[in-house]
Amino acid sequence: MIDFVRMFEAIDTTTKTSAKVDAVLTYLTLAREEDKVWAIAILMGNKPKRPVKTADLRLWAAAAAGIPLWLLEESYYIVGDLAETLTHVMPPRKVTAIPVDLSLFQVFTDVSHMRLASPDEQQDIVLRYWQMLDSTALFVFNKFLTGNFRVGVSRKLVVRAVAKYTALDEATVEHRLMGKWNPFEESMESLFNPDLQSQKHFLPYPFYLAYPLEDDVDALGPIDEWILEPKLDGIRGQLVLRAGELFVWSRGEDLMTDKFVEFQPLKDILPPGTVIDGEIIPWKNGAPLDFAVMQTRIGRKNISKKALESAPLVMVCYDLLEWDGEDIRTKPLWERRGKLITLLADFPVSDVLKLSQQLAFDDWSAAAAYRREARRYLAEGIMLKRKDSHYEVGRKRGGWWKWKTDPMTIDAVLIYAQSGHGRRANLFTDYTFAVWDQGELVPFAKAYSGLTDKELLQIDRWIKQNTIEKFGPVRSVKPILVFELAFEGIQRSTRHKSGVALRFPRILRWRQDKPASEANTREDLEQFLVKAGSGNSTAR
Amino acid sequence: MSLLTVNENGLFCRQGDFYIDPWKPVKTAIISHGHSDHMRFGMGNYICHHHTVPLLKLRLGSEQIVQGVSYGEVLDINGVQVSFHPAGHIIGSAQIRLSYNDEVWLFGGDYKIVPDGVSTPYVCVPCDHFITESTFGLPIYNFPDPAEVYADMNAWWRANASEGYNTVLLAYALGKAQNVLTHVDKTIGDIYLHGAVANINDALIDVGYSFAGRRISDGLRRHEVRGALIVAPPSALATPWLRTWTPYRIAMCSGWMQLRGARRRRGVDRGFVLSDHCDWQQLNQAIVQTKARNIYVTHGYEQAFSRWVREKHGLQAVVFKTLYSDQEEEEL
Repeated sequence: MIDFVRMFEAIDTTTKTSAKVDAVLTYLTLAREEDKVWAIAILMGNKPKRPVKTADLRLWAAAAAGIPLWLLEESYYIVGDLAETLTHVMPPRKVTAIPVDLSLFQVFTDVSHMRLASPDEQQDIVLRYWQMLDSTALFVFNKFLTGNFRVGVSRKLVVRAVAKYTALDEATVEHRLMGKWNPFEESMESLFNPDLQSQKHFLPYPFYLAYPLEDDVDALGPIDEWILEPKLDGIRGQLVLRAGELFVWSRGEDLMTDKFVEFQPLKDILPPGTVIDGEIIPWKNGAPLDFAVMQTRIGRKNISKKALESAPLVMVCYDLLEWDGEDIRTKPLWERRGKLITLLADFPVSDVLKLSQQLAFDDWSAAAAYRREARRYLAEGIMLKRKDSHYEVGRKRGGWWKWKTDPMTIDAVLIYAQSGHGRRANLFTDYTFAVWDQGELVPFAKAYSGLTDKELLQIDRWIKQNTIEKFGPVRSVKPILVFELAFEGIQRSTRHKSGVALRFPRILRWRQDKPASEANTREDLEQFLVKAGSGNSTAR
Repeated sequence: MSLLTVNENGLFCRQGDFYIDPWKPVKTAIISHGHSDHMRFGMGNYICHHHTVPLLKLRLGSEQIVQGVSYGEVLDINGVQVSFHPAGHIIGSAQIRLSYNDEVWLFGGDYKIVPDGVSTPYVCVPCDHFITESTFGLPIYNFPDPAEVYADMNAWWRANASEGYNTVLLAYALGKAQNVLTHVDKTIGDIYLHGAVANINDALIDVGYSFAGRRISDGLRRHEVRGALIVAPPSALATPWLRTWTPYRIAMCSGWMQLRGARRRRGVDRGFVLSDHCDWQQLNQAIVQTKARNIYVTHGYEQAFSRWVREKHGLQAVVFKTLYSDQEEEEL
């Protein structure tokens, strides 16, 4: 535990990647064997589920600190992080020092024991740790108990450190650490010993991710060196068929096999040793349905018959990563695609597996014209893939690009603000926007991103000076500031007051040139709905 | 009728016909200390502690009409007994005590109980009515012992110097900069001062203070500076001026550095939790020890803190809406 805390401090006091890698590497070199898998899991965000209710943690902390609960809540608004709030409210006190031999493994054994324990027993365990720990160690422990532990290291960075430590290459390490593995069931040996890998037939390959195209498309060279496909708006996934079993993995490395039942029959049709990469998307009458339809499927534990009928899923396949048990990621894309076409033709899978359409254009300007109108083709843009590209690990430049169509935009008025979390704690950075509807402002979207730090500070100050009312962490402000919002999609929604729901709303710029009276209206949103063609299709 | 009320100009004493730390021009202004949200331009005449006088002239111009007073000296202004008492916030900072008709009011201004080794230490002044700030008036603010913080700071500077890095400390020009200069280990390396800090230090020479460090002059060959300590105001962050100290590591000195988000937002390498204000424990201690029955809470977390004072200490506590900055950091 102490060495983990030291590592955290080292990471937290630098902004340099190399120093962070060194900190992780040093930890792995010094730590106890059984702690290493735990450290890797935590750093990669693969932490066990929250073992106690946060409401209970608040109560226990308020009691331990001798403050009323409302004051702890007030403090939480300011800190913007529950674990840190719990840490800071503990009054200065004599702590019993952390035993040097307290292992991370032991801490997590206690933490996971809490999940099944009675509230009283939970409280005993938590209080015992709170008594033993202070400052950073206390904060780290509280982080174990609460939400996500973002410590300022990316997955890539952890992979780099582990690769150095294990003397494996980064792609291999990335592959071995795929999925939500259980640190109680793994050891460094089981994770990284190649001889034991054959038992992990369920593992997907690390996804190859495209960067957005920023340069001029002409700089990519002749268009016939590229394969162009419509960019669809579904869930990126991998179908893994091995040893008579089927696994469906999402790009977020969640195992979705049970939710996406449509693919089950494939395990009896396709040969084992097949891995397909593609877009999982609801599909009817030969065309994709809106992403909102997909949302009726994910997040549900039990899939009703109705859901299966109204939101049937297919995979639009664009790559073949493993064939006949062989990893073919380093073969050129044209060859992999060729095999994929054969496979989809040879096996009776056309009801759930579709081949990703290859778009044919004479030149880049024809492609650009398609991109501009992509929404009309039910796409969000074009994927550009070099014909001879390998299937790389993670986000890489060069071989693949995503070329999205321009977002829809609307000018809206800021009406509510809420303070952010983490780096944005105690700054009003989470905004609610409204458009005019018969002389009144109706809220229709929330947005958090898109402004510079400098603008955030400026707007934060403005909000503090122009607050109308405070409701807990939320403030209503004078309807004066106008922002241009961008979004990727729009649907009708019965759950929102404004009657619409936006997809990926974010702030494009602050329209300091526009008075609130010139912001857009609800009729303007209606126009988008009509254009998007989903005016009549209701999400739920 | 209360002895002190808030109006559009500031904190007003009707009986005495004067203001304390007013934010709009008035005839007579009593100034608690030299930070710019308390000491503003345009007053007919100023009354402040002797050590604040040079700061006032530096910031507001030498032509101002200023009366300097000592701690404990009693002025009679239209029958109101006015006296200045050490607030321990910065050099020259004072709590303002008003006594009239057997009733004692105390304006705490900005204050801190823990001695900083530079300003005259805080003295508790018993009163009936206490006007207190609440910059750090939440239980999340419990500041560490400054001695430990300075030990950390020295160790960090030493480590940076041994690796060939300069160390940039961001600390307000008036207050924290002088504290830092007093407590850093001068044997580690050279110390350079941003102009804003050097100006304050020079002004304080007249009232008997002297601080380490050299003003950065145009003639300085900056690329030859290695392993030095550079003290600059927080406004120097994210300016091209900083780049000339490369390679450097940078830290912010502020009570806000207690919060991880606040530190990460500024993108500094280190945050040293040093404040010239009371933390939670100190605020509570002051309120109890003044034995005041009526508490007026100003700049900071005034809503939450006044509610806490009512519930916990059973005192009358209300919010006094003022225009003093609750940002600790001063814009220069």
